[in-house]
Amino acid sequence: MRRFLSALTAGVVLTLAACSDPSSSSVAAPTSAAPAFPVTIDTADGPVTLDAQPTQIVSLSPTATEMLFAVGAGDQVIAADDFSDYPPQAPTTDLSGFEPNVEAIAGYEPDLVVISGDPGGVVKGLEALDVPVLVLPAAVTIDDSYDQMRQLGQATGHVGEADAAVAQMQTDIGAALAAAADGAGMSVYHELDDTYYSVTSDTFVGQIYELFGMTNIADEANGAATGYPQLSAEYIVEADPDLIVLADTVCCGQDAEAVAARDGWDGLNAVEDGGVVTVDDSVASRWGPRIVEFIEAISAGVQQQGAA
Amino acid sequence: MLTAGTTRGRRIAVIAVALGFVVLAVLIGVLVGPADLSASGILHALFGWVPGVGDGSLTSQESTILWQLRAPRVVLACIVGACLSISGASYQGAFRNPLADPYLLGAAAGAGLGATLVIIYGAATFTDGTPILPIASFVGALAGVALAYAIGGSMGGRTTVALVLAGVAVASFLTAIQTFIQQRNVDSLREVYTWILGRLTTAGWSDVVLILPYAVIAIVLLVLHGRMLDVLGVGDDEAASLGMKPARTRLIIVAAASLATAAAVAVAGLIGFVGIIVPHAVRLVVGTSNRWVVPLSAIGGAAFLVLADVVARTAVSPGELPIGVVTALVGAPAFALLLRRSGRVT
Repeated sequence: MRRFLSALTAGVVLTLAACSDPSSSSVAAPTSAAPAFPVTIDTADGPVTLDAQPTQIVSLSPTATEMLFAVGAGDQVIAADDFSDYPPQAPTTDLSGFEPNVEAIAGYEPDLVVISGDPGGVVKGLEALDVPVLVLPAAVTIDDSYDQMRQLGQATGHVGEADAAVAQMQTDIGAALAAAADGAGMSVYHELDDTYYSVTSDTFVGQIYELFGMTNIADEANGAATGYPQLSAEYIVEADPDLIVLADTVCCGQDAEAVAARDGWDGLNAVEDGGVVTVDDSVASRWGPRIVEFIEAISAGVQQQGAA
Repeated sequence: MLTAGTTRGRRIAVIAVALGFVVLAVLIGVLVGPADLSASGILHALFGWVPGVGDGSLTSQESTILWQLRAPRVVLACIVGACLSISGASYQGAFRNPLADPYLLGAAAGAGLGATLVIIYGAATFTDGTPILPIASFVGALAGVALAYAIGGSMGGRTTVALVLAGVAVASFLTAIQTFIQQRNVDSLREVYTWILGRLTTAGWSDVVLILPYAVIAIVLLVLHGRMLDVLGVGDDEAASLGMKPARTRLIIVAAASLATAAAVAVAGLIGFVGIIVPHAVRLVVGTSNRWVVPLSAIGGAAFLVLADVVARTAVSPGELPIGVVTALVGAPAFALLLRRSGRVT
């Protein structure tokens, strides 16, 4: 029944497109709706089919919101979750990405919902209402980020722009890495909060440090194998990392001065040579287009450390 | 067992053993850790003034680690352990309830709420740099107990049952508010949770200086009231007939114990289990006379928490375990073993 309806819709849309004004269809850009839809996107959870270009997208993942705007689909997003604070023009609402309420989401009459997980069986709930759901889980490598941007480009009818955005990211990242050749062999401590939680190389953020060729001091501490161990202050001071990356500037108000003020930290290599890098918490924890900012910040820190 | 008739020599021996135990624990605490510091270097740094200790030196970085990171952590563990244990022993005596712990009258819930509010809505420090979190948890803990006392005291005559019930009610209410606020601010969940599990990870000399005065006042007060706890133990009416004012004495003891608890949670979060098992373990060794149990609980608690902290920072070294997990995992079986061996129930 669904297939018949989809075929019927496709038939009607194609007919209408064919019968439309020839002048407008001849200047139609590759990103227009008619030839690109219906589209089926292969995701890890199975194929997701969209019959027409979605114009009422609800994004329940802050990273997905950033990606949607980056591929040019910002106008099609009508509601974003309460943590979607970037870009500033994102339509943030009270919807929760952690505890989504199917009724609240359905109230926006979405034709596509993008989410980063499946808390509380929301995917099933939405599918029961015939709303296509795209689950884009946390990326494990940068390639996953690129893939997700391309999937969103496909889903929203902005394939060309998505490819261009990905290419731009790759160029910018390549430039940042090239400028930070001194980083190879440096040791780094990535701080998640002021009780010394860190990330190992098994995580997305950890992988970024591997791109620079750096050694992550938290790798030795993965006794619990969670990827997010809490380090001992003694160990950090003994390891004397070349670079300290503070990803807790927003949650815990940490900056270079605060680090230097900690007992026993003022003699550290990174503190004395300007190797303390501050990044916004969201920039360091999302896997969207702003990882370029994150990588550029680390690159700047490496160059400063290398010059000192 | 230590009673009024115990010889002076025996009492001194027991106290000496207890203090020796603490010294040993502290030594282990400074010698062991994730950073590789040479034992001879540490001993030389600590006891270099004693002739014949031998050579060994630390680099300036190692010296920093020893004096700025490890030493204050061990000292803080002593103070926090002593505070929690003496507070637990006093609560158990004052309420004649072997299951009482330092968080009985809503101290934990109050401190947790104070900490949650600061973590989520507040800044990290005042304008002059003093951290707000310890003060907020300190005030919260005392406020929780005061609230329980206000409610329980107004309910028919300040009996122990009324106070305990009021404490339960206050704790539930404050915990509910805390949970609600946490749910509204899920991104701060890890920070709040880390605090609740208790940690000495960020211990520094400033923390020691912050709570030392309160800890000393509270511990001294409680040790001096040890004998009164024995009198309270026979029942309120009997105590009154012996010339004591039970309600007032209980108030003083609860206030001092709450001060100790508040000081401990202000810097270390909610470390559980210490306040219950250390007094019981002490009772298994020296009997139930509070005159002895109270001071020895402080000493035993200090040693226990120092050793627990050693485990917390070496078990998954160089990672850390939350110390609340260690005290529960290690303390419970050890206590069960003690209980079986002595075949006695307090």
